[in-house]
Amino acid sequence: MTDQQARPHPYIPNAVPEVKAAMLRAVGAASIDEFYADVPPSLRLTAPLHLPEPFRSEAELVRHVEGLLRRNTSTRDVLSFLGAGCYPHHVPAVCDEVAGRSEFLTAYAGEPYEDHGRFQALFEYESMMGELLEMDVVNVPVYDGFQASSTALRMAGRLTGRRRVLVPASMSRDKRSRILDYVRPDLDVEEVAFEPATGLLDLAALGRALGDDVAGVLVENPGYLGVVEARAAQIASMAHAAGALAIGDVDPSTLGVLAPPAAWGADLACGDIQPLGIHQQFGGGNGGFIASHDDPRVVMEFPSRLFGIAPTAVPGEYGFGDVAYERTSFAVREEGKEWVGTAAALWGITAGVYLALMGPRGMQELGETMMARTRYAMTLLAAVPGVRVPFSGQHHVKEFVVDLSATGQTVAAVSRGLLERGIFFGKDLSTEHPVLGQAALVCVTEVHAQADIDRLADELREVLR
Amino acid sequence: MTTSATPGEARSASGPALPIGPKPIPRRFHQARWDEPIIFELSTPGARGVLPPATEPGITALVGDPAAALPAGVRRSAPPALPELSQLHVVRHYTRLSQENLGADLNIDVGQGTCTMKYSPKVNDRFARDPRIADLHPLQDLSTVQGVLEIAWRLERLLAEISGMDRVTLQPGAGSAAIWTNVSMIRAYHASRGDTARDEVVTTIFSHPSNAACAKVAGYKVITLYPDADGYPDLDALRAAVSDRTAALLITNPEDTGIFNPRIEDFVRVVHEAGGLACYDQANANGLLGVTRARDAGFDLCHFNLHKTFSTPHACGGPGAGACGVTSELARFLPRPTVEFDGSAYRLDDDRPESIGKVRPWYGVVPNLVRAYAWIMSLGAEGLREVAEIAVLNNNYLMQRVLEIRGLSAPFAAGKRRIEQVRYSWDEMTRETGVHSEEVGFRAADFGAHYWTSHHPFVVPEPMTLEPTESYSRADLDEYAAILRTIAAEAYADPAFVHGAPYQSTIHRIDHEPLDDPERWAVTWRAYRRKHLAPDPAEAT
Repeated sequence: MTDQQARPHPYIPNAVPEVKAAMLRAVGAASIDEFYADVPPSLRLTAPLHLPEPFRSEAELVRHVEGLLRRNTSTRDVLSFLGAGCYPHHVPAVCDEVAGRSEFLTAYAGEPYEDHGRFQALFEYESMMGELLEMDVVNVPVYDGFQASSTALRMAGRLTGRRRVLVPASMSRDKRSRILDYVRPDLDVEEVAFEPATGLLDLAALGRALGDDVAGVLVENPGYLGVVEARAAQIASMAHAAGALAIGDVDPSTLGVLAPPAAWGADLACGDIQPLGIHQQFGGGNGGFIASHDDPRVVMEFPSRLFGIAPTAVPGEYGFGDVAYERTSFAVREEGKEWVGTAAALWGITAGVYLALMGPRGMQELGETMMARTRYAMTLLAAVPGVRVPFSGQHHVKEFVVDLSATGQTVAAVSRGLLERGIFFGKDLSTEHPVLGQAALVCVTEVHAQADIDRLADELREVLR
Repeated sequence: MTTSATPGEARSASGPALPIGPKPIPRRFHQARWDEPIIFELSTPGARGVLPPATEPGITALVGDPAAALPAGVRRSAPPALPELSQLHVVRHYTRLSQENLGADLNIDVGQGTCTMKYSPKVNDRFARDPRIADLHPLQDLSTVQGVLEIAWRLERLLAEISGMDRVTLQPGAGSAAIWTNVSMIRAYHASRGDTARDEVVTTIFSHPSNAACAKVAGYKVITLYPDADGYPDLDALRAAVSDRTAALLITNPEDTGIFNPRIEDFVRVVHEAGGLACYDQANANGLLGVTRARDAGFDLCHFNLHKTFSTPHACGGPGAGACGVTSELARFLPRPTVEFDGSAYRLDDDRPESIGKVRPWYGVVPNLVRAYAWIMSLGAEGLREVAEIAVLNNNYLMQRVLEIRGLSAPFAAGKRRIEQVRYSWDEMTRETGVHSEEVGFRAADFGAHYWTSHHPFVVPEPMTLEPTESYSRADLDEYAAILRTIAAEAYADPAFVHGAPYQSTIHRIDHEPLDDPERWAVTWRAYRRKHLAPDPAEAT
């Protein structure tokens, strides 16, 4: 029988004993240990790590991992109304195809020559996002929308030389946590209340909070509670009157129907591209965008890479490279703007593919369909006895709050009941925003057919019976 | 002329003949050159790439068209000016662009030192794309995600054993985010003790720039140590730098020179004695797996880049994944939630009052956590040790080969072995020929090879950083060395020729100057059109 342990590992070509010996001879080393001469003996492990026995054959590995995956229930196999920052949209097959191309998947920080394709695809991503946002400058993606919002606030701080920033009190607790951790040394974050009746930002509270020490006002539109901020332009004007920047924090999937932040006066736009053709991945599929007008003073405050178009030695040929690279920590370490590193380039390429597939009409239809289905769901759920849809007088695109307080049941209990019927109900808001009562945030997108929404209403009625 | 040859007659030496001649070294490569337009130039008004579902009449009957009811201030007045393409044309465009990209699957990707461009196994991609990973929502009831939580839990335990640390978070998005996470925990640790005077962080010039930059963003003054004459981090300089203002040391080992710091325990001790924490950037861990561990050298915190050491693909610059390990004393500061296991079920612990909070939405770059888990489970303890040993053998072999090349040197630690990478210098060649390291890279593209210089600043003049990992064969390393040897010979024989490279690549030499000129730079096609193209008369009307 073959000695199983002697088989060279398929991922390590030079593990073949004869090759290894020949290479050692070639470098004049008696053993591998010679290479570790600088590692003090006191630090060297004398026994193997305590790790589980490996699955050296691919078949055994597949069997093991499949066994773990079987303990997960995909949203494809149930009816899921979960959103709250990770969205169930249809991912076109072409997005998967391009994101899976090994030339893109396995490349890294390539130079503009041998990895021209990556530069062009990311320039095109920036360009299509620029059209969606009606802004001339869009970054190569940062990690996620939380990072983008945090950096946009820091940019506002640097541009104004001020310390206070205002964010909506309706913002998700996790996002607020991320922003606080990131800006703490340089910015003071203050929350602006929302109107209990509408879910809109409280303009009187905003007026009281604004002052000549405010660097920026972050406007989520739609807000975390799903409400379209209909007075966004007024908020931006109020920010500008105080000498602060207006930052539009938006969901790009809504921009076929909602005005881009630039149109209502935002100086910076930011958000997450996960809705644009990227799978939910248990929350692991994020990418953050930051955009601005082409004002050099603002451009110089971006920490991210910005790929720009440039001529080559050959007429008619497009080249690409880093715009104003000296801003970055890659160029000047701690003297750069914040920091830059490996983030979410492939998701940028993928989002670009999505926008190219959808085109202007596709994005418009997506928005229209989501708005109609969401309103339909709001209407049906509001008709379920005891269920209230608190902000139903406002405009919504893909999420809305339902309040189950009057049913006498908790969201947790109702969600369990629906789970037994193959439905993932919305996010439980009762601990995050207790002021809303036993409330849940329900997400409806283009993937939810009328029959799915009907079924949710019917099953909810049954669970509450 | 050859057409006159009669059947069976041997062809002349200049014509085709059997046996077919040997392949030249290096190979005759030519990259795809599709001369592909910008996608906006491919637009055909009215064309569609994919159709979203239409709203059912039953819905419209009940709610009408809510989009039309949006107030003017927030309603989009005209559809976004995106390109319009049929599906094939989107596929063709992006497939062409992908061909104009060398991935690690195509090239001998040893030229991106510090980044550990190892093979990413295909079977792990399959796991990552499985709907039972790809289509999970992070807020699903925990009973429906026990498998992915178990993977996260197991991966944490594996990385804890590999680093010697007690707890590990998998939340950071990549390496720099992991550095940020560690710096943020350092800040929280000192704050929890009321030790607020500590406002300095010490790092080294051969540690990744994000160590310095993240510390600065977190509010620290940055002290950067330079190497001593032998290329080792300077212990005396460290002693002079630390004080009761030192919050932490952020250090890589081996540094980007591939030189292991033999006094690393002294470095940790000096910082500890000053009351600071010791934080280990393990971006360069590939040569040390199963050899030595962060905790054993006394470190309080460390981080791994799962897209480097643990094989997840680099994806053109992310998504990667980062993991931070800490001692039990620091575990209370870890990002929330943590994954916990009570012996029968996995759960998420979000109730951690001293946590630094979130460093990312949700729990981490989950597809890459799955890949990293599967990679480690395909190797085990002995396999990981073999990864390290072969990576180090490959590096020392490649060093021997490339140092035979005229004009190239390996500064510092003369005559010593290196761990997993080497920062070389073409300084001699540049002085003798005028050809710069960057241009060697342009020419390398002509041979289908990726090449990188180093991070800035260029402490090593005319730098080149090679890291061969365990993935490449001896023949691969010989081929890469042959490419460099060929380019160096060209530089000495005809520097103007190298100055003109690349020739066989997708595009020719770029004029970078406009990219630094606000009047001319263009980050989007709309900016390019506005700045550089005459207005379209059709749009003016």
